[in-house]
Amino acid sequence: MTVTVASSPRPLSGWGRTAPTTALVSRPLDASSVLASMHDHSGGVIARGLGRSYGDAAQCSGGLTIDTAGLGHIGALNEVAGTIEVGGGVSLHNLMRRLIPAGWFVAVTPGTRYVTVGGAIAADVHGKNHHRDGSFARHVVEMTIVTPSGVVTVAPDRDPELFWATAGGMGLTGVVVSAVLRLIPVETSWIQVDNQRFTRLEDLMSTMEETDCRYHYSVAWLDCFGGRNGDHRSVLTRGDHAASGAIPHRLRGRSREMPGDPRMRVPHPVPARLVNRLSVRALNEAWFRTSLESRGSLRPLAGFFHPLDGVARWNLLYGPQGFVQYQFAVPAERTDVIEDAVHSIASSGAPSFLAVLKRFGPGTPGPLSFSQEGWTLALDFPLGPPDLPALLDRLDDAVAIAGGRVYLAKDSRLRPELLPVMYPRLGDMSRVRRRVDPEGVLASDLSRRLGIL
Amino acid sequence: MKDAFGHPQSVVVLGGTSDIARELVALLMEDRGRSVVLAGRDRMALEQAAEDLRHSVARVRTVTFDANVLDDVDETVMRCFEAAAEAVDLVVVAVGELGSQAVDETDPDRVARMMTVNLTWPAAALSVVADQLRRQGHGRIVVLSSVAGFRIRRSNFVYGAAKAGLDGFAVGLSEALRGTGVTLHIVRPGFVRTKMTAGRSPAPFAVDASRVASDIMRGLARGEVVIWSPGLLGWVFTAFRFLPGAVWRRLPG
Repeated sequence: MTVTVASSPRPLSGWGRTAPTTALVSRPLDASSVLASMHDHSGGVIARGLGRSYGDAAQCSGGLTIDTAGLGHIGALNEVAGTIEVGGGVSLHNLMRRLIPAGWFVAVTPGTRYVTVGGAIAADVHGKNHHRDGSFARHVVEMTIVTPSGVVTVAPDRDPELFWATAGGMGLTGVVVSAVLRLIPVETSWIQVDNQRFTRLEDLMSTMEETDCRYHYSVAWLDCFGGRNGDHRSVLTRGDHAASGAIPHRLRGRSREMPGDPRMRVPHPVPARLVNRLSVRALNEAWFRTSLESRGSLRPLAGFFHPLDGVARWNLLYGPQGFVQYQFAVPAERTDVIEDAVHSIASSGAPSFLAVLKRFGPGTPGPLSFSQEGWTLALDFPLGPPDLPALLDRLDDAVAIAGGRVYLAKDSRLRPELLPVMYPRLGDMSRVRRRVDPEGVLASDLSRRLGIL
Repeated sequence: MKDAFGHPQSVVVLGGTSDIARELVALLMEDRGRSVVLAGRDRMALEQAAEDLRHSVARVRTVTFDANVLDDVDETVMRCFEAAAEAVDLVVVAVGELGSQAVDETDPDRVARMMTVNLTWPAAALSVVADQLRRQGHGRIVVLSSVAGFRIRRSNFVYGAAKAGLDGFAVGLSEALRGTGVTLHIVRPGFVRTKMTAGRSPAPFAVDASRVASDIMRGLARGEVVIWSPGLLGWVFTAFRFLPGAVWRRLPG
């Protein structure tokens, strides 16, 4: 059964709101109707979850987008195996609300709970624990995919080629209708956090290299405006799940609290573009000053993992032109690329509100899966500075030469000729696509822009 | 597909030998261009324009047509879209002919031709382009109008009247396209020093084709529906609208 949301094309864009295009939208409720709607359309088909990829990955101009909200069932929790079966359209928000009171948690969570399980697999998302646990797809026991040639269930040992092409494959192998996820047990919904401040990038990076292994979660925030002597201030935040014994008496009643809905909502239309050079500078200053050095302080899980989820539609703050996210990964020894990127952004005058640095553990066999062992830096820029496109093109070159890559779930502007350099196994992806989608039904604005066959 | 900054990968130009269009395409293709289709009447001139692009753009195709013939407008536009071989991100409509006012105004065949080439053919083509882009779910259209059609003058009213008609059609079409993912941008240049105006004495605010092209790029980046070139002409011509006829008649240029 399929619920058609709109009979006429609807404008859709990514979370960065930069390149809207129109497409029909359908909302199938089961695998067979996903398959049926694929066969009804010649203008291209792509799945769309909660629309949190930043660029054009979940839109298909002139074609059909399959809204996966109808695939939202949450199956029974298998407490023996520590797994759960869920629909591809289930949000991590809803899943966590179900898991936490029962004493379980997802093995990997990205910086927002408002992504679907299907989207998390398609982007092979990573979290603050990548250095020890890898990316999301590492914890998928099996999944059922609707490809244009049929419905198949795959696992790392059952058609591994299709399994790994789907992990990080940006929806280009089919629609994930359900998955079995491996979970981790947690005693509480609190994280015990250590905060450290640095005034030199070099010190931050060596601390991360030496001691990240002691923590379950680790991430650093950088001030891209630069501090004294042209160096960059940073705050390193690391933590572990708090055991029930670590919860003080006054919090005992809230030891397994579910994450709540957003408390604030950005009005639409926004009265003015609130993210600008001045406000970004002020916020960075405030963040650094209020992030005091601390050890073992307790923070609720939602605030630790998903600080922006408390404000609905925060992307509107960047104004009507939207913004670009840029995230890249480079091998561990190429710290120079990270340093050069931070310096060139600081001197370019394009303000980056969020600059987040993290160490990656080993990647997955997925040919388009982003994470690779080394460093990753995530940045975001409001559209507007005229030199921004050229700045990002230069960063692309440096990243590609260093053997690194950019994250396709955030991309909206990469030069197509760099894709096979950054993802040398692109050919494997195309081979799987020819097998499961011989007529080339699956396509997105991203796949067309980058020429992913 | 366009990228986050609006750089197109695929462009179709109706009137591909126009100096303004050639300057514009060179700028549009600088960053992410991979396909250009140039359509026009003069095969030799089209090939020359195509050759200039080939060192920077992977795929350049040409299509020939005559804007004085209305039987195959539909077919001509479709041939351009097919030649692009991918989604078309931007269509430039630069078809037109300045004519010669003194000769044209007393010759009914010349008047009819000026209306066909500057108004009827481009408007008919726009209806097909708009439909194609709407189906495609995205795209931008750039229509070259002229200040000559904004307030019509004695000295070039045949050309001016045709451009006024096209400008009005384009303004209406841009409204009709709201919410479809397709946008339309109307360019109103003043006197442009090109091969079309060669031999005429430049009016005040005269600019080169390259300046018009860079003004269009800036207007597109800002999402402006009407792009004046130079920008100051927007104010000047808005004021001109309210000039009494006796004064308007005496203005130079």
